[in-house]
Amino acid sequence: MTPALAILGDFGEAIEFIFKERESVSGGVQIGGIPELAGFGATHMIVSVAALAIAAALAIPLALWLGHIGRGDFLATATSNVGRAVPSLALLAFFISFVGLGYTNVISVLVLLAIPPLITNTYVGVRQVDRDTVDAARGQGMSGMEIVRKIELPLALPAIFDGLRTSAVNVVATATIAPLANVQTLGEPIITPQTYGFVGQLGAAILVAVITIAVDVLFARLQKAVTPAGLKLADPAPSRWFSRPTRRRLKST
Amino acid sequence: MNLLPLAQLKIEKPGGSDSCAASNDFCPGWIAENIGRYWDPLLEHVVLTLVPVAIGFAISMALAIMAHRRRWLTGPIITVTGIFFAIPSVAAFFLLQPITGLGTTTAMVALTSYTLLIIFRNITTGLRNVPAETRDAAIGQGLTQRQVLVRVELPMATPEIMAGLRIATSTTVGLAALAVFAGGGGLGTEILVDKYFKSNVVVAGGLAVLLAAVLDLLILTAQRAVTPWQRARS
Repeated sequence: MTPALAILGDFGEAIEFIFKERESVSGGVQIGGIPELAGFGATHMIVSVAALAIAAALAIPLALWLGHIGRGDFLATATSNVGRAVPSLALLAFFISFVGLGYTNVISVLVLLAIPPLITNTYVGVRQVDRDTVDAARGQGMSGMEIVRKIELPLALPAIFDGLRTSAVNVVATATIAPLANVQTLGEPIITPQTYGFVGQLGAAILVAVITIAVDVLFARLQKAVTPAGLKLADPAPSRWFSRPTRRRLKST
Repeated sequence: MNLLPLAQLKIEKPGGSDSCAASNDFCPGWIAENIGRYWDPLLEHVVLTLVPVAIGFAISMALAIMAHRRRWLTGPIITVTGIFFAIPSVAAFFLLQPITGLGTTTAMVALTSYTLLIIFRNITTGLRNVPAETRDAAIGQGLTQRQVLVRVELPMATPEIMAGLRIATSTTVGLAALAVFAGGGGLGTEILVDKYFKSNVVVAGGLAVLLAAVLDLLILTAQRAVTPWQRARS
């Protein structure tokens, strides 16, 4: 090991594990190094992107519509409360024992975890649109569909991207425990210490933490980019109604 | 350092001699007989939840009061606690092990760090929502800055603060299920003992959901008790 890494102790060894192959703890197999971890990383990204895309396709249109007709306070509050109360590990184990192992089940779990923040944030985003603006649009002769497309959706975009950010972070984080269902994501070294040892576990943990923070920062940037210029000036007034659903981050892994 | 929590897990079904348990099914009979062995993990789970929430509340309150006086601190505090919040708990449990070792301490340090963003935000929002006239009236009556905080601002912010505690508590119950990766025990340990056994997964997972619901109800009751004026108004 290079002296610079040696000073870092376990962390140094873990970083070396990420970049250089070594023999497995049990012997006989080469583990670690960029090629193997890139494979795990690719699987990690594929299941995460698939889950986020499916969840967005299901949740955003539904919440836009509910927000448009103004019915869904209960659903928006309830989904995020239930989403918080169900541990990701319990949900994954539930799918493993009742449905089985594999990609479909892992993606299903991730979709279920990604939906609540998307519904809540999109719904709240639409409801926060100034009613006068919507009335003005209606007065100009816009149809319901046009109001959704040209008024409510653009003005709710910052909130929707807030939801996407929360869900993306959650999904990438939870994909770490996917190897419990035989899907080899970056969590593989964490779940199989008999092969990878503590150094492999720590190396994978470093990678997962860095990637999750990168996803968080990326979506924060995206959110800023999609915020209409007019909205950047106004600081949204905090709601005085505590029972109303509010935008907030949710963490399940 | 190289203890491997997962490798040590026993895969067996105590009292699982009947055919239902042997085929990993959902067996009410097995559950009735074996519910007792979930008691200790449940208690561990309660401790893994309440201790981090209590410590997180104390730290957040101190930070929020500091940021209340010096507004510019709010941004940096939210950024730093936001980064903690984004780190997956499974990763944090390993990142902390070279420092705090394998066990409950590691689990609690990570779980505490996740409560900070939630509770800090709610205390800050609650304090800011106090109407300026109310604050002025209190100052006009001769209250010192400290008295305004303790007797006017914090009581008025209580509903928002309690809402933050509820969210932090249910979030921590969920995350504590992963404390098994830090060797911290809790219901997650039971889930991983036999993730293929439907009865086991339903009982351990169900208890975690139930715990979140019960704690939520307890905090809600406490909130009603400490803010009688809220009830009078609505």
